[in-house]
Amino acid sequence: MSATHQTGSFWTRYVFSTDHKVIGKQYFLTAVVMAVIGTGLSVLIRLQVSWPQDTWPFLQKIFPGLYEDGVLLPEHYLSLVTMHGTLMIFFVISFALVSGFGNFIIPLHIGARDMAYAFLNMLSYWTIVPACILMVASFFVPDGAAAAGWTAYPPLSALKEAVPGSGLGQTLWLLAMALFIVSFTMGSLNFVTTILNLRTRGMSMFRMPLTVWTLLIASILGILAFPALTAAAIMLLLDRHGGTSFFLPDGLVLGGAVLSHSGGTPLLFQHLFWFLGHPEVYVLVLPAIGIAFDVVAAFGRRPVFGYRTSVWALIVIAVLSMIVWGHHMYTSGMNPYLGEYFTIVTVAITVPFAVLGLNLIASLWRAEIRLRTAMLFALALVAAIGIGGLGGLWLGTATSDMYLHDSYFVVGHFHFMIGTVTFFGVFAATYYWYPKMFGRLMDETLGKIHFWLTVPGIFLAFVAMHYLGLGGHLRRVYDPTAYDYAQPIQWLNVPISIALFVATAAQIVFLVNFFRSLFHKERAGPNPWNAATLEWTAPSPPPHLNWTELPVVHRGPYDYRVDGAPEGYWPQTAPPPAAAQAVR
Amino acid sequence: MNEDGNGRPVTDELATGGVAARSPVGEAPGGPYPIGLMAILATAAMLFAAFTAALLVRRTGGDWARVELPPIVWVNAALLLASSAAVELGRRAVRRGALPLAAPRLATGGILGALFLAGQILAWRALAARGGFLPTNPYAAFFYMLSAVHGVHVLGGLGGLGWTLRRTIQGAYSPARHTGLTHAAIFWHFVGGVWIYLLVVLSTL
Repeated sequence: MSATHQTGSFWTRYVFSTDHKVIGKQYFLTAVVMAVIGTGLSVLIRLQVSWPQDTWPFLQKIFPGLYEDGVLLPEHYLSLVTMHGTLMIFFVISFALVSGFGNFIIPLHIGARDMAYAFLNMLSYWTIVPACILMVASFFVPDGAAAAGWTAYPPLSALKEAVPGSGLGQTLWLLAMALFIVSFTMGSLNFVTTILNLRTRGMSMFRMPLTVWTLLIASILGILAFPALTAAAIMLLLDRHGGTSFFLPDGLVLGGAVLSHSGGTPLLFQHLFWFLGHPEVYVLVLPAIGIAFDVVAAFGRRPVFGYRTSVWALIVIAVLSMIVWGHHMYTSGMNPYLGEYFTIVTVAITVPFAVLGLNLIASLWRAEIRLRTAMLFALALVAAIGIGGLGGLWLGTATSDMYLHDSYFVVGHFHFMIGTVTFFGVFAATYYWYPKMFGRLMDETLGKIHFWLTVPGIFLAFVAMHYLGLGGHLRRVYDPTAYDYAQPIQWLNVPISIALFVATAAQIVFLVNFFRSLFHKERAGPNPWNAATLEWTAPSPPPHLNWTELPVVHRGPYDYRVDGAPEGYWPQTAPPPAAAQAVR
Repeated sequence: MNEDGNGRPVTDELATGGVAARSPVGEAPGGPYPIGLMAILATAAMLFAAFTAALLVRRTGGDWARVELPPIVWVNAALLLASSAAVELGRRAVRRGALPLAAPRLATGGILGALFLAGQILAWRALAARGGFLPTNPYAAFFYMLSAVHGVHVLGGLGGLGWTLRRTIQGAYSPARHTGLTHAAIFWHFVGGVWIYLLVVLSTL
């Protein structure tokens, strides 16, 4: 074992490890735990929205605080929605996709022994542990968890007495988010430094796999965008506990009394929040797309189409993503000229995004497609980008967003982008890199069952949500039947919920497969997929410090389908034929 | 000839591509990591940019009223600038090879930095004595908040200086190798520059 792992005690090897692979797995497993909680919340949400008149005595037995007489309390419904969003975006997708696979794969992809700052890397993981504890603990404080939405808009989030969740729950939410931001910033710092400084010999920027490119760009976005939320969180804490009025306007009335706050504006918070919030979408979505490129290349057995144009498209997307945040605020009464600006730059993102999508599709042209589970999820991801992106056009355009804002059209849209694309990215990455992580293959049959139970339900439910939104169904509504105009479409909530319950139950298959495959007798070998990138030249699982001797790179990451190459592809470490002959 | 995804011929670019192979983890890294420092400065700069944007918005509120800042803030600014100068002189002493001069200069810089923090607390008390509290005046609220957030960065910078001072006394630096000292100094100058910037913003807007 000593060769495989960092030396030292059990604690330094598996718990307080500085090995990027152990830290990556720690992030991933933490994400799994948070995903179980976050998904559980969504089940409670769907039960309420679909059957608002029914009573659930058995749920009251399990969650005595949430239900009264078998009915979910309205204030707790808001907590469920808030915490589902917060957990899934920051504590599941971000952990699994960016921190988890990012940590595991970056050094292996670029030929480094570990992260640039290995100790900082450990510190960033152990900063999110208290963040997770605070978030989960907020369910158990009097009056329950935060209820101001994952966006934490004031005044609900700024006044401790506004709604039950605005009390201690909101304070814990803010503290947990502050820890999360600190941790994510440390991680991003590490990613950027590692990718720019620790590439092995021959690994030029344009020989890096696209996953690494997307993680680099996501990290830069994180470094530049998160401080806006930090500033907003500090001001929100001062408004809550210091009596200031950064976000609180004149004349707010609470419980019949006029509050002493004056002069602030809640819109300031919205601007700061979305200055982070929009780039955050790309922080999560881009790595999933990068993973899709790597998986499609390995299972399509051909070079990805337009590698360089994809890189430039990523860079353009990153720049544009920083200047479009106002499209989340069209209904806030902004100057129409400003709205027009935000519409134009938002719709402009379509161009580089279409480049990525079309390059992914073109990468399938004349490919020898091998439909392993990883590939299936990568293909479903491409479809989700298309559908989610089309919905985005309607929401990015001020005129149509005026009608669709805060409706289920928005809910359907963002569940496609930061729900489906990202989760499919996580699944594709898990099935693809599992043999590298644990030295064993995941079960293909269970994988296919997982895929076919997950994908139809997800697409059905989130497409149908767009129709709910077109019909006027608002998001975050406790009882949709209370609105006459929503009555005719209320029935649609039932099939949506059933589809989602099937897809949710399918994740049990995934978890069983994940943990059962750890004990497979058969070893996967270093390169079960015949893939060309560097990580497959290391043993599975790679030992501490990854390689005995660092690999030297001679070519791009996707040299598949090459005449004369053994198995039809060249690993990145293969010298060009001329050089190889010269050596002979 | 093989081709990459774009139909370009694949040639071996070993001589030009990538970064030289690095030493194993644990050994001193092969070169400085300015990227990490740049990232820290970028994220800190964005934080103060966000606060500036907030101030520009908040000052349009009906209750915006400037409070005269206590004069001691200017003394503090001078302390911080002097501290930056002392640290820079210490760094240059190492670069020149005048190693015995370095530790006293860095220590002077650190003491001046600590005095700055003490002076900031006096500034808070002076502002409070004039009736400028967090809830009563938004301008005062910005002053307290910005100086506190800046103070946290000063504490971080002081930690860096303390660490480099220790390394200097241990004789770890030489004219050829003093990357850590350079980085701590750059961060310290940045922190000083941010305070001057904040003072300009607070006294002109």
